[in-house]
Order: sequence, then C-alpha cells, then structure tokens
Amino acid sequence: MSIIDIKHVNVDFPEKENKVVHAVHDVSLQVEKGDIYGIVGFSGAGKSTLVRTVNLLQKPTEGEITVNGNTFIKAGKQVISNKKLQVERRKIGMIFQDFNLLNEVTVVENVAFALKHAGLNDEELEKRSLELLDLVDLKDKANAYPVELSGGQQQRVAIARALANKPNILISDEATSALDPQNTQQILDLLKKLNTKLNLTVILITHEMDAVKKICDKVAVMENGQIIENGELRQIFLHPKKALTKRFVGGSLETINTLNSLHLDTLNKNEAIYQLVYSIANVTKSIIIDLYKKIGVEVSMLYGNVELLNDEPIGTLVVMVKGDQEKRTKTVRFLKQEEVTVTRLDEKGNPYD
Amino acid sequence: MISWFSKYFPNVVQLGWSGDAGWGTSIFQTLFMTFWSAIFGGILGIIFGVILVLTNEDGIRPNKFWFNVCDKIVSIFRAVPFVIMLAFIAPVTQKIVGTQIGMKAALIPLTLGVFPFYARQVQVALESVDQGKIEAAQSLGATVKDIIFDVYLSESRSELVRVSTVTIISLIGLTAMAGAIGAGGLGNTAIAYGYNRFDNDVTLVATVLVIILIFIVQIVGDFFAKRLNHQSR
Ligand SMILES: Nc1ncnc2c1ncn2[C@@H]1O[C@H](COP(=O)(O)OP(=O)(O)OP(=O)(O)O)[C@@H](O)[C@H]1O
Ligand SMILES: [Mg+2]
Repeated sequence: MSIIDIKHVNVDFPEKENKVVHAVHDVSLQVEKGDIYGIVGFSGAGKSTLVRTVNLLQKPTEGEITVNGNTFIKAGKQVISNKKLQVERRKIGMIFQDFNLLNEVTVVENVAFALKHAGLNDEELEKRSLELLDLVDLKDKANAYPVELSGGQQQRVAIARALANKPNILISDEATSALDPQNTQQILDLLKKLNTKLNLTVILITHEMDAVKKICDKVAVMENGQIIENGELRQIFLHPKKALTKRFVGGSLETINTLNSLHLDTLNKNEAIYQLVYSIANVTKSIIIDLYKKIGVEVSMLYGNVELLNDEPIGTLVVMVKGDQEKRTKTVRFLKQEEVTVTRLDEKGNPYD
Repeated sequence: MISWFSKYFPNVVQLGWSGDAGWGTSIFQTLFMTFWSAIFGGILGIIFGVILVLTNEDGIRPNKFWFNVCDKIVSIFRAVPFVIMLAFIAPVTQKIVGTQIGMKAALIPLTLGVFPFYARQVQVALESVDQGKIEAAQSLGATVKDIIFDVYLSESRSELVRVSTVTIISLIGLTAMAGAIGAGGLGNTAIAYGYNRFDNDVTLVATVLVIILIFIVQIVGDFFAKRLNHQSR
C-alpha cells in the first residue's frame, strides 16, 4: 500500500462574482515508502495547494486522501477527528520556504515545542531536542534566537523540528528557494541522508529542476492544477512527453535552442538529426567511431552535455547522421542495442513525426 | 526650598499628603483604579481578542456565530462614550460592588470602558503573527491551546506590550473622568480642588503628576517591548 494515496482530489477556491479557481483539478498521486518524490511546475500551478492536502493544512473540495494507512478525506469530507488528525500530523513533517520558526524562543525551544506531546520529562525533552539539533549540526546554536542564524541554519532548525516526532514523511515546500546554492546543496544532501538513514519518504516541491535531478527518484510535473506527467525520474528525464516537461528537463530545451541557433534550414534527404541520451556508465566505448567503422555512416556532433541525475552521469548528444535510409535504420538499431535512447529530431529540434 | 514651594504653591501644600483630599490619597486612588481595571480589562480584552482571531473566517477554528457575538459586543461597548457608560452602568455596579460611588465602584465602568479598546488592539496584534508560523505549528500537530499560547500570544508579545502601554495610558485618562462618580484620583483633585476653586497651582501639580505617571508607563513599556522582541535583526 502506498504511504500517501491521493485520489481524484480537487481544491477549489471561491473568488468574487461566483467564480472559482480550480487550484487542484482531479489529481491522483501515489507516493511509496522511501520515495523522494519531486513536484515541479511554474508558480501558481497548484503544487503547494496539492501537498498541503496531505496533512490537511488545506481541505480538499473533493476526493480521497489516505496517509500512513489512515483515511483523512473520503468523498471530499474529513473522516478523521481533529484530535486524531493532530496525532497523525506528527508523523508528517513539513518545512517551508520561509522557515516559519518561532522567533521569540530559542532554537532548542523551537525543537522542544514540537515535542510538547511526546510525554517526555524536562530532562528527556532537553536531551532529545539537543540530539535533533546535533542531527542537523547545530547543537552549538541551541541557545541562540532564530534571527541570529543564517537562512540555511534556520532551515536546518526547521528540519530538526519537523523530524522531532520521528515522522516517516517529510514534505518540503520550496524549502531551498530562499537559500544560496551552497546552502541549497547542504539541505538537499541532508534530505538525501535522512531518506537513506531513516527511510524517510520525502516530497520535494521546487521549481528548480536541478534539485530534483540531484536527489529525486520520481517526479511529477504540474500545470494548471493538474499533474501532466509523472513517474521515475530517469524515465521522465530521458523520455519527456509534454512540452512543459521538456522545458523542465532542461537538456531538451538547450538542445532546441542550440539547433535553432545553427540555422540548419532544410536538411537534404540523406541527412537526419538524432538526439541520443544515455547513461555514461553503460556506454564506455566510442559509439561514434563504431558507427563509422561498422555501418559506414558519417556522424557529426551538434550538441553535447553531461548531467548528473541522482548521482548517475547522463549524456545527451545531438548528432547529424549522413547516410541513406537503410544505413540510418541500422544506426538506430545499433544505438538501441547499446542502451542509448534515440529520438529523431527535425531541424528545429522538435521530435520528428 | 520648602518655604519657596509653600510661597508659590500654597493650596498644594494645604491639601496635605494623607486625608480624603491629600495628594497621597489621590495618587493611590489613581494607581489603584489604573492597576485593577488594567488587570480586569486586560484579561477580558485578551479573551475577546483571542476568540475573535480563532473564530474568524481564516482562523484556526472558524465559527461565524461566536465571531459575530464577540465582534458585536466589542463594537457596541466601544461605541458608548465613557461618561455615558459611567451613568449607564451604575445599577450594575450597585449590584456587584454594593455601591455606585467611590474608587472600587469605578472599576466596573473602567473595565468595561477599556476592554473593547484593548480587545481590538489585541486582535490586530495577534493577526500580525505570520500565518506561516500557525501552519508550521499545525503541521507539528500542535493543539489549539499550544497555538494560542506558544504561537499567537508568545510571538506577538512585544506588540502586546506596546498596545498594553497605549491602553494603560488611555486608561489613566479614563480614571480622571471617573472622578465624576466620586472615585477620587488625580483627575478629581485637578477638577474639584483646583479648577472649581480657582486654585491653579493645584491643577498644575495634579497635571504634572499625571504626565509623570504616563511617562513612566511609556518608558517601562518601551523598554519591555524592545527587550522582548526577536522578530528581526
Ligand atoms: N487560499 C487561497 N485562496 C484563493 N486562491 C488560492 C489560495 N491558495 C492558492 N490559491 C490559488 O491557487 C492556485 C495555486 O496556488 P499554489 O500556491 O498551490 O501554487 P504553487 O504551484 O505552489 O505556486 P508557487 O510556485 O508560486 O508556490 C493559484 O492560482 C493561487 O492563486
Ligand atoms: Mg507554492
């Protein structure tokens, strides 16, 4: 059973003049235990609204929501008491873009606040709070006030606080958006470490595809309140279907820009452009030389790039292949044998139909 | 010094320190009325302020009925001019305190006069707490009580001290008016023994004492408001 099961969820916000905004529109999403699930999309796509339904910070208008085997919402109605919801929420940590720490109490008291109902005595409470701060490397700041910390440090306190009740889910809503690249990297590494060490399921909302590429196993792309594409990161990255996904995947967008800047105009009939995407680890030999030697086609490079996808180096090449129809078919067959994903493009960089 | 003072402020000296009209007595009466009505009005104001914020549409326990009840009570009491409140509430005061006049009797109208003013200020102070902090607390499984005390009241404490200072200062103004129902105090001294008897020296000293009192409240208030604030660098 999925740890988070969202079925046909709608969230409508009433607007003036009897209009409504469909912030989330018929979304279904299953998150499995141990996933790091990225959710990407432009501003206003409905990402925050969707994930906030997971811990009922946002009540959906319709649909069904089950978390950790407990159904919160059925047919759009809350079916869990407020008391029980409070208990369930402690198993779902959440961190935010602007940290949302309590400013009038110290760092260690912020963590202790989360443990208020954990049934600990004062001594245990302090011990556990300090342990949590140690987990995020901030034990030495225990008695500082949040304003005295940098953004990255504040976010780490927020993570310690969110993890206080040993949740098995952590929702991160743009938690790195207010941070510089170095702090962003630190927080992402920390999330990855927690995922591995504690088998924490993570939902990572972001509009930076880089963050997703670094740590996610799965990704969902949202547009206008809907999930337009989702699945394994590798799959989505190597074979994006929707135009928006391609933009987020980035490599493809760059490909398109590069090809357009080359002004190839019309190709003659013995020329074709292919995009090759492959895991560097799988392709050790020089495929371009092989193609020339074995099949006798001439291959020229138009664009090349290597990116890290969840620690796996992935190469993208755009090549022009010169040769007749038969040779080109052989070329594609050969490349597929070598576990290269081949997409034929037209001279503008769009998929060739 | 003493003789200089009694030369220029003869009526001030004549009123003496203790006794019904004495300065010590009137200072005590002003402090007594301000203190207790600040306590009672403060508690009522905070209760109403908190209920208004919690039951408001985007509060954590939206409830149209209770919001409207509290909102109307606060608005109505706020609309009544204090002098009229003094007269209007007299029969109620009689029931509760057993008399309609004097320092203790004045506490009832003072409390009722000050709490709606304070409730509104508390409401504004609590609403200034970032909604994100409330949501973060909710996501941690905080109870309503936790959110009231550890988020709303704690996070707005500096702002609450600030609005309390303003309220206490205006309360000192109200105690002067309470002199009208024989409550005594510095305001009464200024009017009854100063103005009415054309003893301007008495009016002047009473006024200066009120101003000093207000300054002290302001300085103490500002000190704590600053001391308790960790919202930004
Ligand atoms: N409380 C609300 N009341 C009315 N409309 C809302 C509310 N919250 C969100 N919306 C609307 O719902 C839509 C989705 O908003 P949401 O905040 O979920 O987007 P998002 O994908 O998280 O965007 P961002 O990347 O900017 O955070 C937007 O059109 C927004 O204006
Ligand atoms: Mg958002």
